[in-house]
Amino acid sequence: MKKLMLIASAAAIGLMAGAATAQDQVEIVYIPKNTGNPYFDSIIGGFADACAELGCSFTTVAPATAEATSQIPFITAQIQRGVDVIAISPNSPDALNQVFDRARSRGIQVLIVNSDIPGSEDHRDAAILPVDFTTIGPAQVELLGSMINYDGEIAILSATTDAPDQNVWIADMQTVLESDDAYADMELVTIAYGDDDPQKSTTEAEALLANYPDLAGIISPTTVGVAAAAQVVETAGRAPDLQVTGLGTPNQMRRFIENGTVEAFQLWSPYNQGVLAAHFAMGVNDGSITNEPGQTFDVPNLGTITIGDDNVILTQDQPTTFNADNIDDFNF
Amino acid sequence: MSATETFDAAKARPLWHRIVVRPESVTLLLLIAAVFVSAWLSPFFADLRFVLESATFYIEFGIIALMLTLVVVSGEIDLSVAATMALSACLFGIAHRAGLGMPVAILIGLGSGALMGLFNGVLVTVFRLPSIIATIGTMVLYRGIAQVIAGDRSVGGFPDWFVGIDFIAVGIVPVPVIIFVVLAILLGLVLGSTLFGRQIYQTGTNPIAARHAGIRVDRLKMILFTASGLTSAVGGLLMASRLGVVRYDLATGGELQVVLIVMLGGTYIFGGRGTIAGTFLALWLLIIIQTGMTVANIAIEAQLTVLGLLLILAIISANAIYAGGRR
Repeated sequence: MKKLMLIASAAAIGLMAGAATAQDQVEIVYIPKNTGNPYFDSIIGGFADACAELGCSFTTVAPATAEATSQIPFITAQIQRGVDVIAISPNSPDALNQVFDRARSRGIQVLIVNSDIPGSEDHRDAAILPVDFTTIGPAQVELLGSMINYDGEIAILSATTDAPDQNVWIADMQTVLESDDAYADMELVTIAYGDDDPQKSTTEAEALLANYPDLAGIISPTTVGVAAAAQVVETAGRAPDLQVTGLGTPNQMRRFIENGTVEAFQLWSPYNQGVLAAHFAMGVNDGSITNEPGQTFDVPNLGTITIGDDNVILTQDQPTTFNADNIDDFNF
Repeated sequence: MSATETFDAAKARPLWHRIVVRPESVTLLLLIAAVFVSAWLSPFFADLRFVLESATFYIEFGIIALMLTLVVVSGEIDLSVAATMALSACLFGIAHRAGLGMPVAILIGLGSGALMGLFNGVLVTVFRLPSIIATIGTMVLYRGIAQVIAGDRSVGGFPDWFVGIDFIAVGIVPVPVIIFVVLAILLGLVLGSTLFGRQIYQTGTNPIAARHAGIRVDRLKMILFTASGLTSAVGGLLMASRLGVVRYDLATGGELQVVLIVMLGGTYIFGGRGTIAGTFLALWLLIIIQTGMTVANIAIEAQLTVLGLLLILAIISANAIYAGGRR
């Protein structure tokens, strides 16, 4: 009872303060998977720069762990704050559905950024994907194949066991390894999971080296994992015989490219995703973009963007390959 | 002789002193402070409906913490609670998917939870394993079984009436909060005013003396562990309803949250001391702090730091107060 009275009196104070801070700007919040992942800092940078240009107010909050339900309190808090757009890189393909529904029922636009929620498309407004994801798995296998002369044992170092995007790419890799004769001499020996945690990824990479002495290549389709694997291979001095590739950011991988530990790796531009998401959110908010498949809109420097089936929006078609020749052109 | 001592102790600590100087009072003071600080941090916090809605994220652990309080007072610990949540929820989900019907699936969920608790009890009382070791073992075991049976995908497709119990409210109070309050009153009465409750305290204070006093210590612990498994299953079902899906990694790391709530409430980790009121207040303290800081967009690193400091403060003050009470 005492507590109720306290909260009630606090509520009165809160309402007065709330009226004073109300503002007209469109408020966009972006919730990455967890804190401390430099990849998401690039997306945040894209949002921030685009919002500075477009005149929206941008904030970002994130949970400490990428556990399936850890983002739910943050989403609820943002609903309470009355933001206009919640952009999120979700930790689960379906555990957030209920809270997404609640946000949308209050008129908040829910945008999935960087990976979709397969099977739960009804629970979000649109998904901004970095690249045509169906090209990732085959492109990664081809890149590693070209580095190891299409011969030898290879392993995959992934993020969490239920990371929706990584699992799709790994399935694509397995398909192409089995079906394409060019890869007949490449044998996938194991898939390890580093949970997108630098320490665990390092431990898992060390275990790969110890358990498979003949390993010729590691594909790590996650930025934390590929940097950890490159570090382990560099420390072990296995560089020319054991090739590491995967999806990494140029800033994280620059050192390994320069000292020859890694020949090449791939990615897209997370920064552009942030820019695109901010432009899309603002366009839908002011009515200049109709959020329906087949509609198009222009984004400066990114060209004409088409809204695809299921309201999926692709930022680019193919992954970009980074190597010693071009890495100096990128800074993210 | 002993009667004189009791009399002296009572004289040394007057009634007001005994009522006010308790670990729960520290929790209550922190709670009051947290409400004001949260309201000051963000204009969006002071909305009772929002606080109660956010409470549903922590209530599942709170319900388990209530039962764990009894376990800890009896001198034991159960670290398998979160894994029990996950496995019982997965068994429930799989039973439903197999077409067994919701009533049967719910019974399977609850029954399996009770069995998992019973198994912990057997390890502790029959095999004489320290409960911290036994339940770390079953924590890994139950989580592992959940991963084996549920695989790496979500199990969902529950009927509409089951999904979203946190959306169902009496007035503005969500149903899980009501369950928590009712269970708190019930367990508060059990621990505070029944013979069984006194036996729990005696067992935790000195198990050998309790045994000599004719208390069936093993039976008592078996009951507490089984009840802990059962409440964990209730927590698991509430979480399943809130999320609409179950997974093997449901409530990962939840055991630490639950222990944190119990410790924050002033329950003595070595047994014999602690109250349901403390745990009740501690849950609300956790809810207010986490919700207040989250809605104020305070970085998670800072949130964890504050929680860690509060926990240390609560334990130091509880120890100091217990030490003072003994003097």
